[in-house]
Amino acid sequence: MKKFLAVLLTATVGFVMAGCNQAPAATTAAATTAAATTAAPAPAGDKLIKVGIINNDPNESGYRTANDKDMKATFTKENGYEAQFAYSLKNDEQIAAAKKFITDEVDYLLLSAADTSGWDSVLQDAKTAGVKVILFDRTIDADQSLYEASIVSDMRKEGETAVAWLEAQKLPEYKIIHIQGAMGTAAQKGRSGAMDDKAKANGWKIVKQQTAEWNAEKAQQIVQSVIDSGEKFNVIYAENDDMAKGAVAALDKANISHGVGGDVIVMGYDCNAWALKELLAKKWNYDGQCNPFQASYIDKIIKDFEAGKAPAEKVIIMDEKGFDAATITQEDVDKYGI
Amino acid sequence: MTSSRPLSKKPFVQKLIAVTRMQLFIPVMALLLLVIFNLIADPSFFAIKLGYNSANQPVLSGYLITILDYGSELAILAIGMTLVTSASGGQDISVGASIAIAGSVILKVLCGNESRPDHMKAPIIVAFLVACLVAMLFGAFNGSLVAFFKIQPMVATLILFTAGRSIAAWINNNELPIIAEPEFSYFGTFIPGIPIPTPVFIAAACMLIIFLALKFTNLGLYSQAVGINPHSSRLNGINPAVVKLITYMILGLCVAVVGLIKVSRISTINYSVVAKDIEMDAILAVALGGNSLGGGKFSMPASIMGAYIIQFLTTTLYKFNVDSTALPAYKAVVVIILVVLSAPVVREKINQLKKSSSKKSVKEAA
Repeated sequence: MKKFLAVLLTATVGFVMAGCNQAPAATTAAATTAAATTAAPAPAGDKLIKVGIINNDPNESGYRTANDKDMKATFTKENGYEAQFAYSLKNDEQIAAAKKFITDEVDYLLLSAADTSGWDSVLQDAKTAGVKVILFDRTIDADQSLYEASIVSDMRKEGETAVAWLEAQKLPEYKIIHIQGAMGTAAQKGRSGAMDDKAKANGWKIVKQQTAEWNAEKAQQIVQSVIDSGEKFNVIYAENDDMAKGAVAALDKANISHGVGGDVIVMGYDCNAWALKELLAKKWNYDGQCNPFQASYIDKIIKDFEAGKAPAEKVIIMDEKGFDAATITQEDVDKYGI
Repeated sequence: MTSSRPLSKKPFVQKLIAVTRMQLFIPVMALLLLVIFNLIADPSFFAIKLGYNSANQPVLSGYLITILDYGSELAILAIGMTLVTSASGGQDISVGASIAIAGSVILKVLCGNESRPDHMKAPIIVAFLVACLVAMLFGAFNGSLVAFFKIQPMVATLILFTAGRSIAAWINNNELPIIAEPEFSYFGTFIPGIPIPTPVFIAAACMLIIFLALKFTNLGLYSQAVGINPHSSRLNGINPAVVKLITYMILGLCVAVVGLIKVSRISTINYSVVAKDIEMDAILAVALGGNSLGGGKFSMPASIMGAYIIQFLTTTLYKFNVDSTALPAYKAVVVIILVVLSAPVVREKINQLKKSSSKKSVKEAA
């Protein structure tokens, strides 16, 4: 009886997990396994372009989820692609997946690398095997000859747009709580760098600069700690929407008004739909876009290659906007919210 | 020494040794150290203010309140973790991932298939009960691996540790639902009119329940017996496997409660970061309470105190602008000290010292 119970319990939960991995919505293979899922094999005679797509775990953030959905919607059989996907937040697993794709003789390797370094040798292999490499979302530290194109966000430019907006608010004084993303990521470096430089140049006071690792709760604790200390501040510069949300929760608790006409300016990044709605409700002030929709750019480049044309520029920087609560409209929320 | 000798005349050294032997000694000392450090560095640390939040309700604020608020989640987890440690001689490292699952289930039940419903689709209590069931099921999964298949607890729970957050994301189809209704946020923040954070009350209720359970049932006795020696407890008519399974299911319940607090705090969830690394804090709370991580005897009040001390440490470090990425390093120092102190080699050495000092004091007395 006991054994039966044990087997039953284990089996039930095991089954739930298995179900998770098989469900179509769950391309969420465990974050640490670079599970490669093969799309349905192409019917014989039909010439599909084989692409291997290496991405970060879709659970990582709203940005990544939108990015993955966009990729999946673009690289379909109807559009002439046979796509394979691999997900991992770890560089070595991504490299292993890349090797597998090269062995599988894909035509194109699309890559959003977890880390910027360590890619030289595997990309050299790809080149030798005649696989064209296209980087998306994140750039890497490797020779430009090793990839055909790179469609990336300029995080530094995002940061500069945001701090320029902040400067244009002409506050009588600037006392800023700067909540950083996970240290060392491209987004953190670019967005922090822009703020650091501007704060130094204009003599803005950074009341607190600390990383909350993209985490709302940590951001809440950091802002709570500043409030508890009694120090005054009038700007919250959070490097993503989640952290801005956590910060605002702490403000609400202490009855500090925020948003348009409030005591504290709230700034976030990523343009999650819910965050843009906060802007629309005038509770936040600014949200910077980090454009996750690279698939259409990549699609165009591949189609050009197939037609024998090389892209005009190797590095394509995506258009990115910054939204101001004073001017944002419902259409913006619908169009740019992720 | 004769028995007629009054106790108060016992040499001071021996009394001191007796005190250090008490289980609450380590946590109390740690707390004292932190309090003294903060008193010297900045006494305003202990200030508590009564203010009003944006909904114009009275709230207490200050570092101490923050500690009580966030420490409460940890205290609830420490309750379950202490029992698991005691009975199975190992720890459940899937707690954070299970919290993500429980939180995700709560949001799923409340939101249905919409990610941003205008009204909750079900009463909060129903969502919470479903989350309890699911969390207990996952607890039972961990527990049965440990109890029936005799897998090392850390290895067994590694499965959920790895897969849990993906399961949590899958439950909501990778959406991040947000609940707009203010009632939902009461559990993680304040109930209107009551200035003390709600998690404190929830934790108090959990403590009361576990206190009653330990007093009026054999839960404590059985789990300690199983932890000390499963074979002899079996010979005495206790089924070790069932006891272990039950402790993991109790931890599952604790996880569901914390899951509710966590999602209620920000009215949404982020699967990859919610309750990240909380399992380490929960284990540390058990260790700080002076409990053996190898199982057996335990003291519940000491574990709960350990949980609040960890939050005390975290908040202190935040106050002094320590990078939140560097926090684990400071906690690691605490772990190292604790582990070294409880290592058999060191224990033996301390015992020798005690013996020699007591011999000396006997001589002096003579």
